[in-house]
Amino acid sequence: MSKLILTVDDSASMRMLLKTSLTAQGFRIEGANDGAHGLERMHEVAPDLLITDINMPRMDGFELIEAVRGIPQFRGLPILVLSTEFSDEKKARARVAGATGWITKPFEAAKLGAAIRRVCP
Amino acid sequence: MSQELDEIQAIFFEECAEGLTTAEQGLSAMAAGDVSAEVIAGVFRAVHSIKGGAGAFGHAALTAFSHRFENVLDEVRAGRIAPTPAVTAVMLTAFDILSDHVAAAKGTAPLPDDAAALAALDEVLTGKAAVTPAAPLPAPVAEADEFGFTPVAAVVEEFDPFGFEPVGVVLEELEPAGSADWTVRFGPSRAALANGAEPLLVVRELEGLGGQITGVDADALPGLRDLDPEDSYFIWTLSVPGTVARADIADCFDFVSPDSVVEIERVATEAPAVIAAEPLVAETPPTLASLPPVAPAAVAPATSPAESVRHVEPPAQTIRVELTKLDMLLNLVGELVIRGSILADRLSPADQQRVELPELARLTREIQDNVMSLRAQPIKQAFSRVPRMLRDLSAETGKQVLLETLGEMTEVDKGVIEKIGDPLTHMIRNAVDHGIESPAERVAAGKSPEGTIRLSAEQKGARIFVRVADDGRGIDRARVRAKAVEKGIVAADAALSNEEIDQLICAPGFSTAETISNISGRGVGMDVVRSNVEALGGRVEISSVPGQGTTFTMILPLTLAILDGMVVRLAGQRYVLPLAAVVESVKPEPGQVRPMSPTSDVIELRGNYLPVRRLTDVFGFATNGSRAPEDSLVIIVESEAGPVGLMVDTIEDRREVVIKSLDQNLHPIRGLGGATILGDGSIALILDVEALVGGAASTFHPLKGLAA
Repeated sequence: MSKLILTVDDSASMRMLLKTSLTAQGFRIEGANDGAHGLERMHEVAPDLLITDINMPRMDGFELIEAVRGIPQFRGLPILVLSTEFSDEKKARARVAGATGWITKPFEAAKLGAAIRRVCP
Repeated sequence: MSQELDEIQAIFFEECAEGLTTAEQGLSAMAAGDVSAEVIAGVFRAVHSIKGGAGAFGHAALTAFSHRFENVLDEVRAGRIAPTPAVTAVMLTAFDILSDHVAAAKGTAPLPDDAAALAALDEVLTGKAAVTPAAPLPAPVAEADEFGFTPVAAVVEEFDPFGFEPVGVVLEELEPAGSADWTVRFGPSRAALANGAEPLLVVRELEGLGGQITGVDADALPGLRDLDPEDSYFIWTLSVPGTVARADIADCFDFVSPDSVVEIERVATEAPAVIAAEPLVAETPPTLASLPPVAPAAVAPATSPAESVRHVEPPAQTIRVELTKLDMLLNLVGELVIRGSILADRLSPADQQRVELPELARLTREIQDNVMSLRAQPIKQAFSRVPRMLRDLSAETGKQVLLETLGEMTEVDKGVIEKIGDPLTHMIRNAVDHGIESPAERVAAGKSPEGTIRLSAEQKGARIFVRVADDGRGIDRARVRAKAVEKGIVAADAALSNEEIDQLICAPGFSTAETISNISGRGVGMDVVRSNVEALGGRVEISSVPGQGTTFTMILPLTLAILDGMVVRLAGQRYVLPLAAVVESVKPEPGQVRPMSPTSDVIELRGNYLPVRRLTDVFGFATNGSRAPEDSLVIIVESEAGPVGLMVDTIEDRREVVIKSLDQNLHPIRGLGGATILGDGSIALILDVEALVGGAASTFHPLKGLAA
């Protein structure tokens, strides 16, 4: 069974781009358009991996990660941040919130796929 | 670009339009004096999204400009730049240029001249202070940014304002292929699992590069009580072939959190996990005075490569080989031997001669002997740190101790040598702390003021006996017993033999910090010694004579050895007895074997009476009434406790067998030294004579269902 990934990004084009490039690599992709929506969808989707943006309306990536980590079922879930942000401070915040890794946008499809397989083989 | 991507890009431009609208509204509000966090965040997010999408679709100029714009917005958002009317004016100008950039990316307008706008943005940034440098940010060195997240993608050509290098574009790649192997140390962050990172994946990935685990540092592992199953405690050492680029190794650690241990180093000149043939050097028996100091860590378990070869004298001609290769070779030769005996079983003697099977078997055996000797190392390696330790202990305790060493050239499998270091240390420390008396006490007891510890090793059959014997005060059995009763280890009215009391020292829970000070006998950490040795498939025996001293014996397996064995039948099953232990076999006459008690017999042999063990009873086999002794065979074996008879049904064969360890495939079982595959392909268990007879024969209890 291929891995199921929930991508959370407020940009529809980014979600589509992720879906297109990752589906081509054998992943199954679900999407949500901001943190709050992502949190809502977590139970329904029960993904193998969560990929989230940081800057989003309603609930940002940090809050989403913290909330997801607080759910016992997802304590061990790999969570990758995919953001154009790159400051050490943001990365540290994501780490504290419980993120597994940080990938800086823009991404290269093959490398993103490799990174995903790294945390979610 | 594919049609699909074109469609996505069209959506991106729609988002850009929305984003520009949001940004314009926000900036207008700011210009009108509404500088609430919400408004500023909205503008930031809009520009940020444009940057992200622009990067993804390769619009370098748009990405670059929006990045510089975003830097200023980020500072404003963070409160480090005040949104003064002047700043807002600069941002409004920047917004206009951003709109032009979006149009240019769409292809509907020429690339705008953004120099003035960029200069204005930079001025805002630098005007703020020198705290935040203008973009581009300095590139962090590849492989480990301080926060542990290392970017995976850095993509768009001609543009790298983020200062991120793709992981590891580094000089090491220029090193010639085939240079020295990498030593990679990886200690997962203690919180790795909490962040959804699975350290095992990193190890697997390194293995995928040809890496092999060569060592584990388990020092941080707490006792079971304090162990948090979701914590990470080990530091793994892996050897990765030198042909792998450093960047590829670094890649494996992409998602390793910053507080992990990650070290990637070329091994200087030494290959990892090597063994080196050690020249046989004649040495006078060492005394405390004659031996040079030796680093105590030299034979610590899981020694690092450097340590494991530290004591090698300059060899004339040696070649270093990875241990795993030897193991593989040994295993294969073992299989070959087994196949050979299967062939021998299936071919008639004439056919065997015709295909020259005996010659093949002889060669196979020679190969096997040679491979075994490659893995074997003199136990001297484990003994070498003892003199230094004794000197330290002498200084600490004020006791004078002489060391005598015997059999240090006894060859033992390297794996065993590496693992007996700790138990040996415990035993020596015990001997000095609790066995050897102070010089004054010794003189008062009519002994020389100097105590003696005799450290010896010898091979008997498939076992290595390592002894630590002192000439101290011996075990104070009354106190040991009292302590054991107090601790609830034995009942107050238990009938215990001396040997059983001595064994209590190794009972779990007997040794505690408290007993160190107030038990005059032994007790420090001996349960640890026992569990360590048992984990090796060995056992510990204790003998003590009050006033004269105590001897601790570690009886260890020669792992993967070949055994000269006697195949015997017992209740319809076949077992292998190590031939080295067998003295003779006797077909008893009626009346020659007599019961001594319901559970023990003796055999009369040339006027002597020897104890006899019925192995069917020992293994708890249900037998239809006891087989009459005269229908059985009694095999007299030599044991630590003297000759003992083992009663079996028949002898089937004598053959060499390859020992397959039970510990590795199952778990250690007292009474069994391993298993083997016989010529016909069936499996036979190898009997451990010492355990069956029991070092302290009187304390032996039946092994119920082999599970003792």
